[in-house]
Amino acid sequence: MADSDELRGRLAALETELVHIPSLDPRGLEAAEVRLLGRKQGALTEILKLLPGLPPDQRRTVGGEANRLKQVLEAAVVARKAELAQAATAAAARGLDLTMPGRLRHGGGVHPVTTVVEEIVAIFHGLGFARAGGPEAETEWYNFGALNFPPDHPAMDLHDTLYLDIPDRRGPAERRRNRSSGVASDFERRDLSDRREREQGRWLLRTHTSPVQIRVLQQEPPPVRVVIPGWVYRKDTFDASHAPVFAQIEGLAVDEGITFVDLKATLSHFAREFFGARTSVRFRPSFFPFTEPSAEMDVSCGVCGGKGCPACKGTGWMEILGAGMVHPTVLANCGVDPERYTGFAFGMGPGRIALNRYGIPDIRLLYEGDMRFLQQFGLRAPGELA
Amino acid sequence: MNVSRRWLEGCLRRPLDATEVAARLAMLGVTCDAIEPLHPGLEQVVVGLVESVAPHPNADRLRVCQVFDGTPERRHVVCGAPNVTAGSKYPFARVGVTLPGGVTLERRKIRGELSEGMLCSARELGLGQEHDGILELQTGAAPGTPLLEVLPVDDDRLVLDVTPNRPDLLGHKGIARELAHGYGVPLRLPEIPGAPVTGLGTLRRVETRRAEVAGVTVGTDDPAGCRRFTAVVIKGVKIGPSPAWLSDRLQAAGVRSISNVVDVTNYVMLELNHPMHAYDLAQLHGPAIVARRAQPGERLTTLDGTLRELSPSMTVIADQARAVGVGGVMGAANTEVTAATTDLLIECAWFDPAATRRTRKALALATDASYRFERGVDLWGLPEAQRRAAELILATAGGQVVDAVDVWPEPTAPPRIFLRVARVALVLGESLPVECMERYLVAVGCTVLHKPEDARLAVEVPGWRPDLRAEIDLIEEIARLHGYDNFPTELRPYRVGRLGDSVLDRAVTRVREGLAALGWFEAQSIPLGPEPGPGGVKLLNPLSSEEAWLRQRVLPGLERAVETNWSRQVRDIRLFEIGTVFRGSESGGRPFETLRVAGVLTGARAPAHWSAGAAVDDMDLWDLKACFAAAVALANPAADVQVEAGGWVARLGEDLIGHAERLGLAPPAWAAPVFGFELDLNPEGRAPLRYQALPTTPGAWRDLNLVLTLEVTAAHTARVIRRAAGPLLESVEVVSDFRSEQLGSDRRAVQFRLRLRGADRTVRDEEVDQAVSRVLKAVEKELDARLRTS
Repeated sequence: MADSDELRGRLAALETELVHIPSLDPRGLEAAEVRLLGRKQGALTEILKLLPGLPPDQRRTVGGEANRLKQVLEAAVVARKAELAQAATAAAARGLDLTMPGRLRHGGGVHPVTTVVEEIVAIFHGLGFARAGGPEAETEWYNFGALNFPPDHPAMDLHDTLYLDIPDRRGPAERRRNRSSGVASDFERRDLSDRREREQGRWLLRTHTSPVQIRVLQQEPPPVRVVIPGWVYRKDTFDASHAPVFAQIEGLAVDEGITFVDLKATLSHFAREFFGARTSVRFRPSFFPFTEPSAEMDVSCGVCGGKGCPACKGTGWMEILGAGMVHPTVLANCGVDPERYTGFAFGMGPGRIALNRYGIPDIRLLYEGDMRFLQQFGLRAPGELA
Repeated sequence: MNVSRRWLEGCLRRPLDATEVAARLAMLGVTCDAIEPLHPGLEQVVVGLVESVAPHPNADRLRVCQVFDGTPERRHVVCGAPNVTAGSKYPFARVGVTLPGGVTLERRKIRGELSEGMLCSARELGLGQEHDGILELQTGAAPGTPLLEVLPVDDDRLVLDVTPNRPDLLGHKGIARELAHGYGVPLRLPEIPGAPVTGLGTLRRVETRRAEVAGVTVGTDDPAGCRRFTAVVIKGVKIGPSPAWLSDRLQAAGVRSISNVVDVTNYVMLELNHPMHAYDLAQLHGPAIVARRAQPGERLTTLDGTLRELSPSMTVIADQARAVGVGGVMGAANTEVTAATTDLLIECAWFDPAATRRTRKALALATDASYRFERGVDLWGLPEAQRRAAELILATAGGQVVDAVDVWPEPTAPPRIFLRVARVALVLGESLPVECMERYLVAVGCTVLHKPEDARLAVEVPGWRPDLRAEIDLIEEIARLHGYDNFPTELRPYRVGRLGDSVLDRAVTRVREGLAALGWFEAQSIPLGPEPGPGGVKLLNPLSSEEAWLRQRVLPGLERAVETNWSRQVRDIRLFEIGTVFRGSESGGRPFETLRVAGVLTGARAPAHWSAGAAVDDMDLWDLKACFAAAVALANPAADVQVEAGGWVARLGEDLIGHAERLGLAPPAWAAPVFGFELDLNPEGRAPLRYQALPTTPGAWRDLNLVLTLEVTAAHTARVIRRAAGPLLESVEVVSDFRSEQLGSDRRAVQFRLRLRGADRTVRDEEVDQAVSRVLKAVEKELDARLRTS
């Protein structure tokens, strides 16, 4: 029969060991751990083994004390171990120059214009717009006629067009009729029911992504909500601010009951998401043949915050996109009833937005494939000394 | 369009601030590209009274003047002008003033005499080219009065960007009309100094093709090209320079002053957007002046001195003998107004916009007139323009109106459009009171009639707004005048569309992100280049012969990028591009467009690190193979990479859809070889990802170092191993490829590592041994391969 007082005495003696633990060296700590807490012959284990010999009430109290002591001892050992490990690391690190560069891997990255495109598309995704696309080679009908560009209209001057050397399939009489007219005058509104007819007109490289509006509306009845990123072409000499090919994003929403307020709300929401919650937005009247009313959206200049600076030509505003309510004639050209349906459309240039956002001074940098340029926008750990 | 602030002030009878005008116009749809202050630097110049003039003691041509400039002290000024006279007033610049030319006046001695300031000539003030003498001011203003109060020449030029639908904004009156609504002031034309009390009055309207005016036959034989033709004959004019106010106005609008009569026609064009032409009546054969189609082979020397070949699709203005102008485009030298002219015929007509555009394109002759006729001038406004021109000519060149006629064979009324009041809210999303709509429409010049019985407005559109043709155009005007910013911007409920994301576009994003994660950078290049070979698609009107064709492959653009990088001493290059390539269809019609992915790689395999002495191996064929395989898996998952003709290709079934190879570019000495690949992007056939159970049993591995003849490939050997080893074999990897003299020139030793595992139990040593011996038997029998013994 074990004696509870004796056991208490042994526990008290063990408790005195606690004060030594924080000063033990690694070997001493290991020995102490075995001696005190060892699972086979540790002093505490020995005490615990004797517990069943005590009367039940004493067994509980002594057992409780023994377990408490066990926890305290274990904690002290763990703490000392951590301390020693840290000291060992520090010792090993002496003589290591931690400012030396880390071992890098090759990083990659998407083009800055792609980054802008994907961010824009993601925001419109969140507003229920799906991503659509269309061909880059188009007919005059899709690029101009269906979009309500009147033949021989000065609105064409805003679209310096690259035409393709592909024979058209019109009859000689029709060709003769149009021979005297200038560039971009050869299309005429045609019977929409005949696809072959519609494909006629000269072939060109689309000057905007708007022809995809027509293709989408012909394909699907409203409700339609799409964003259309793509490449567009202009007969522009390649210089610091013009490229013959550039990215554009088009958007289109057509349904019953869509209004100018929806246009403003959607695009304002986009602007705050893209440029920051504190961005101010304004809408100005403008002109596009395929929208009416037409608008330009400006956002407060990101460089000066709207106070006026060289970047915004002192106006405090940056022109970001063109937009408008889809012209009834465009809807009708796609076989959509303009009395029943309304819609809005918008278009913007992610390349120009990228130039602004990143402070890129020359548009040609976007097309050169200079690794040093692209690396600035990709995934890359700094390799400098630090 | 260059607009003078002062001209607008004349229309609105109120002072304007150019910046504020630009801001208001912007919100009305006209952006201002620049505001150019005209005659700046005159603010500090004052009226100076020359009280006495004395000879300069040391110079014959100089005089010493005593000038009173409003301050108590008199100024000594040395002056070289021959016309300086005591008792006259001149512009005076005190010491410290900087003149428009940039000269800052200092107190200094001129030939020993102190000079404190300068009496200025027009040229020194930037007001003209005259330098004969100083500018005498005919003014009662006290000395010291700012010069600008006496000579109101300061102005601002607003360079406006007018959209092609708004011809009315190509005249100052139209711009002023836009502003009048916002300022709440009436719109009037500026007063003309010296204008006669009674002007031209009404023109005699004739509804035939031809008429007589003061003995001259006028009219239009081509009513399609020239719908209406007005002519006014003024006799006894004196051609000379324009008064300063007129030349200033033109100069502010960016037009050079020529002579009073020519300036008047330009003035009316810039004010009312009506190009007009003044003919020397004495030079007109017939005398006649009519619009007609050009005759085949007809030629004309236009005012710019170029001989031009005309075609019968063009409308010309002609007298009885010859063409004297290209209708709507440019007049001819043969009837130009000269200093000797005394009798004028002023023509103001309406030319068809589309026909004018075709003519100026055919002649490559863009003029201020063609720019306006293309956009559409006011068919109903011609008489007003003639009245204004007559008023100005009588005021600046004298003479008398002899006769005036308005030839309009088929007169029409301005269009009338119906506006459904309810439709406005359906489009704009905001209900506006009908009075409000009416106010806006009246402000742009419409006449509005109520049709209460069917909730419509009948709107008569002014002739200067050819863009207002349908109800939606009126709705835009209402929105514009209401102010776009005054519409709410709250998001309202919407329905999502039926269309889902384009599968191809999603695939592009996936491929792009995958390649970027593998350490590649996305490039974007111009998809135009030199002739790519058979099936190329050519541009009709390329910018240059180097960019005359659409690309058929993406890789050449990336090769150019490699060379660009090399030219900038960049050695390590990993680029990819996803883009469209074009191939002509044999039957004509739509070219085929294919999305392709291409990549180039050259230079270090990894960034250099000091731990290896900054030495890194360059990428080689094996890097290319892995990249190509990864790109194929991403971009064309159903395709297989195969060895073919000494390189790698990707095939989708039988179709060749990609290839990888070392490129022919010759690297500079310090650069590394270049590898590249290109393949079709086609997301079809991508197998859905499925989880595969992780092994729960321990495995075993054995290395077999096999001596193979050179004809035997590793892939073939692996196939034999797999078949012979049986179901326990988990994988076969190549560990090394060793060649030596000992092996002989026709053999190599390839070490394979076989991993074996039981699906539900630990694999036993004997099972492994049995599998290995099966493998050895099979490779010996089928490949003549044996274990290498060292």
